[in-house]
Amino acid sequence: MTTRALIPLAQDTGPTGVGDPVLNTAVFAGFVLITLYIVYKVSGRNSSAADYYAAGGRFTGVQNGIALSGDFLSAASFLGIAGAIAINGYDGFLYSIGFLVAWLVNLLLIAELVRNTGRFTMGDVLAFRMRQRPVRAAAATSTLVISLFYMLAQMAGAGAVVALLLDVHGSGGQAVVITVVGLIMIFYVLVGGMKGTTWVQIIKAAILILSVVLMTVFLLGKFGFSLSALLEQAATNNAKGEKVLGPGVQYGKTSTTTLDFISLALALVLGAAGLPHVLMRFYTVPDAREARRSVVWAVGTMTVFYTATLVIGYGASALVGSERILDSTGRENAAAPLLAFEIGGTVLLGIVAAVAFATILAVVAGLTITASASFAHDVYANILRKGKPAPGSEVKVARITAVVIGVLAIVGGILANGQNVAFLVALAFAFAASANLSTLLYSLFWKRFNTSGTLWGMYGGLGSCLLLVVLSPVVSGSPTSIVSDVDFAVFPLSNPGIVSIPVSFVCGYLGTLFGREKADPALQKEMEVRSLTGLGR
Amino acid sequence: MTEVVPPTSAPPRRAGGATFGGVDRPPAARGAGPAPGPDYAAVHASAAFTGLRRRFRRFVFPVTGLFLAWYLTYVLLAAYAPDLMATRVAGSITVGLLLGLGQFATTLLITLAYTRWARTRLDPLAAEVRAAAEEAP
Repeated sequence: MTTRALIPLAQDTGPTGVGDPVLNTAVFAGFVLITLYIVYKVSGRNSSAADYYAAGGRFTGVQNGIALSGDFLSAASFLGIAGAIAINGYDGFLYSIGFLVAWLVNLLLIAELVRNTGRFTMGDVLAFRMRQRPVRAAAATSTLVISLFYMLAQMAGAGAVVALLLDVHGSGGQAVVITVVGLIMIFYVLVGGMKGTTWVQIIKAAILILSVVLMTVFLLGKFGFSLSALLEQAATNNAKGEKVLGPGVQYGKTSTTTLDFISLALALVLGAAGLPHVLMRFYTVPDAREARRSVVWAVGTMTVFYTATLVIGYGASALVGSERILDSTGRENAAAPLLAFEIGGTVLLGIVAAVAFATILAVVAGLTITASASFAHDVYANILRKGKPAPGSEVKVARITAVVIGVLAIVGGILANGQNVAFLVALAFAFAASANLSTLLYSLFWKRFNTSGTLWGMYGGLGSCLLLVVLSPVVSGSPTSIVSDVDFAVFPLSNPGIVSIPVSFVCGYLGTLFGREKADPALQKEMEVRSLTGLGR
Repeated sequence: MTEVVPPTSAPPRRAGGATFGGVDRPPAARGAGPAPGPDYAAVHASAAFTGLRRRFRRFVFPVTGLFLAWYLTYVLLAAYAPDLMATRVAGSITVGLLLGLGQFATTLLITLAYTRWARTRLDPLAAEVRAAAEEAP
């Protein structure tokens, strides 16, 4: 049997790395060259802000839907979830469910209304009927914080992938690779703007989905297309045995970990609708109907993807075994690449490696363009220039900001190298759910909601989230913390969502009641009419 | 901020036209005088619009409540009834796995149901409101 023959081969390359670094690099370089060419081809003119931020609103719902899934399916989704399922079994599957169900919030309450009431950024929607400057400042702050957090998560994963796939082990060598990845990303954003970035997402999503589907079919084929047989084998080869087929391996230890799990589940389901880079995608299509179609296509592709990761995760446990995964350099994150090597040898590993890199690259590009748009549009054009920037200056500022953010991402990625990827992304979701969702929903659906309510809601959610993370075991007190020698972890949960999300809703409510400034009824009516009909566009 | 554009100077025209640059100055915010564009207050008060709003909210709010409740039930079961979730149904397929895939299925179903509903029941009504508003003087 070929798999049996491959196992000693894999062990020969030892725990340091697998496959052929030259081939891995070649496949990745191929992806970069093709996307660079396409970005260069489609970019044409990116002179106006509408072109640069929103690709002139000329993408179709189908294209944008695939790009949305490309933006959303990060390294955390691919490597992180597959690894979590391979090691902890069912508990890893819960990530997939939360990430997917979250899209219903977008579909029903957010996508179309946001498309109808804004132009480029989340700040457009939130500031529609409020006092411009403070609300835009708050929106830009939360956009920048969330984007940077999310970006850190992606770049942190890059280091692990580099170590495993390119066989680069020194921290200096990894830093060089992270820098190269960051520079390519900056180039995409500068040259391609939203149009080029969207095409990168579409290509990446297509390759990613195609490879996971092929891997899944192949895996199921190995087990005679019986999921049950695959699961049986997964349980046999996992150190935790049969327990991986049910929940509780990771989160069922104590009542605190169970509560932590519920907190995580809340952050996941409510976070997607508050992610700035997801919201900004709704402006790349011409109208609300296309925004709706985008979500439908995104949900479709992601259902396929997450079902496939379930099979891949358990498949990695079945064919590679949980102990060998944990012994490898990339630990959990290495499950999918190791499985690829197991079933398809160096060629499939090369493809999976390239896909993982492309994923990180594309998601970081999407985050960078969002953060730079928010700074240039909300802070520069609307706050500093009072809505009257000199012609062309807004895009110039956006480009400069993109470079600055790209450099920050590179430095952050080098520093955060080795942190747990899926977990960092879950924190970014908690931030998004706490700072943005409450205020977006209030301003779309609650007549009396006013400027103070918006500010209280955003800063209250963001602040409580930040505070609770600092006081949590993530930062101090436990062996896996960022600072493990001191202990000021008074908040026991590692995900703050269960507290900070309600806090932001309560803050938004109280701020509205106590704020002296009343809501503007004319603007409220206009916003409601526009949001539901698309008038005034 | 050294260089602030004096409020009296004409705003520079930007490439994309007058509305370009965002919704930071919506027509209705300009105070006195007839605002350009549709009369939003009148549209807002019209029976067609209130009907549209009611229809929209009567669908999305209950459905949102429903899928969140179903998701939370699932999460709580996984958190507090792990033994139930680990019960085998057929071979090594567990209750938890079926419920999890059930979440996938309901997500797809709700997505398709909403799209269909919006296309046949919502979009025509929104088009009516839009047409009426654009015709009005």
